[in-house]
Amino acid sequence: MRLLTPDFGLVFWMVLGFGILFFILSKFAWKPILSALKEREQSIEGSLRQAEKAREDMSKLVAKNEELLNQAKEERNEILREAREAAEKVKTDIVARAQKEAEEKLKQAIREIDIQKMAAIVEVKNAAGLMALDIAEKVIRKELKGNPEQVAYVNQLAKEAKLN
Amino acid sequence: MISHPNTSLKYILCTLILAVGLQFSAIAEHTDEHPAHAPHATEVSTTSADAHPAPHGEQKFDAGKMILEHILDAHDWHLFGHTSIHLPVILYTDKGFEVFSSGKFEHGHATVQGKHYSYRLHDEKVIVVDETGAENAAATAAIKDISITKNVLALLISIVVLIAIFIPISNRYQQNPNRAPSGLQSLLEPIILFIQDNIAIPNIGKKNYGKYMPFLLTVFFFILVNNLLGLIPFFPGGANVTGNISVTFTLSAIVLIIVIVTSNKHYWQHILAMPGVPKPVLLILTPIEILGFVIRPFVLMMRLFANITAGHIVILSFISLIFIFGAMSATAGYGISIFSMLLVVFMSLLELLVAFLQAYVFTLLSAIYFGSAIEEGHHEEGHH
Repeated sequence: MRLLTPDFGLVFWMVLGFGILFFILSKFAWKPILSALKEREQSIEGSLRQAEKAREDMSKLVAKNEELLNQAKEERNEILREAREAAEKVKTDIVARAQKEAEEKLKQAIREIDIQKMAAIVEVKNAAGLMALDIAEKVIRKELKGNPEQVAYVNQLAKEAKLN
Repeated sequence: MISHPNTSLKYILCTLILAVGLQFSAIAEHTDEHPAHAPHATEVSTTSADAHPAPHGEQKFDAGKMILEHILDAHDWHLFGHTSIHLPVILYTDKGFEVFSSGKFEHGHATVQGKHYSYRLHDEKVIVVDETGAENAAATAAIKDISITKNVLALLISIVVLIAIFIPISNRYQQNPNRAPSGLQSLLEPIILFIQDNIAIPNIGKKNYGKYMPFLLTVFFFILVNNLLGLIPFFPGGANVTGNISVTFTLSAIVLIIVIVTSNKHYWQHILAMPGVPKPVLLILTPIEILGFVIRPFVLMMRLFANITAGHIVILSFISLIFIFGAMSATAGYGISIFSMLLVVFMSLLELLVAFLQAYVFTLLSAIYFGSAIEEGHHEEGHH
């Protein structure tokens, strides 16, 4: 029967002991432990939220970077294209100018040649005239000794004669 | 709500059967051993020291007596052989306090002359005797025995162990709550969180669980530590604290008191007059609910007591087998010891599981009980 009947002494000590244990553990163990666990849980939750936010920011940043990069690439292409166009233009300009200059030079040269040629012809004509006059003078002197009218006439004829 | 008395009844039936069975065996042992029940100064009956088989191999071994002595409380703590710790006897008699060492009883052989009366130990119970050695029943009934018995000492040891475990852990938490747990802390933190997240919150509710947590944690670790200490066969352990009805009685009484103190109007309304039930049905339902109110703490008490005591009895029975067979022939004793030891190891492992399980069950049922006591009315709101 002792097995099944609560014993006064043990119940007394049990109430006392359990009461003291409950008091000490509640005050010095459970309260700090539970509050620490709660705090930790909250801090973990907070950290997770922060991490999530950071990840979102990161992905936003990456997207923005991508966009910037694309923009930069486009700009670069634009610049390159413009540069190429400008270069092309400069090249064609230079070529055109060079051609024009060359043509100019050629024309000048032709003109110069013409002038020189004319001068040369005039000289040749003059020389030929003089020669012919000389000859004619000698001939005519022989024939017409000292006829100035004849000389003038010959000169006039030589001038009129076109050597082409 | 309604299902609880049913499950409770099932439990009570099982535990009662077990308990009654144990009781009969206990009575049977006692009547066998003490045909002349009246304690007498000249009577030299078999006493606790004789029951320990090892040093008294030549004497007749009585398994039932040995087992009961291991399960029950005692005024001295037997260590080994003839060595035991003599614990102080503290008596509050009608004439005042009386304190002396239990060693003076000489295992029940001697009468102790105190300040107020003469005392003798009968079946580990202190009785008052007169000069002739006959019991003074009136004086015996008047004494309150608050001796430091084996179970009280074990109780105090377990309290010291619990405080020694949890105060340093608590300090670690206070230093830095965000540090990863280490050592014992990492073993106990999941248990604490389990009690919080899987026992307290689902059964009591997120709003109110906080105020019950200290009790649930204390009761869980108290039962667990005492169960585990009870499984250690030598000195600091070995006492059957959680298998003692006084201890489980006190624990369940505390649970009942907490329920009564914290319960709301709704809880009592459900017990006394379940709302929404016709009057004639109430005639049946109300007594059942009232019965359930009483049975629940009773079952808490019985379940823990019976489980732990039964485990101790089974283990001790297997050990007893060795000595019973050994008394027949030494060879049989050695032979059976192999099987007994295997069974003892198996049972001890099972008891290890039971130690955790019963601590869990007691805590869980307490939490359910607390939860039902503070449940808000859900019939009216209809959100259940």
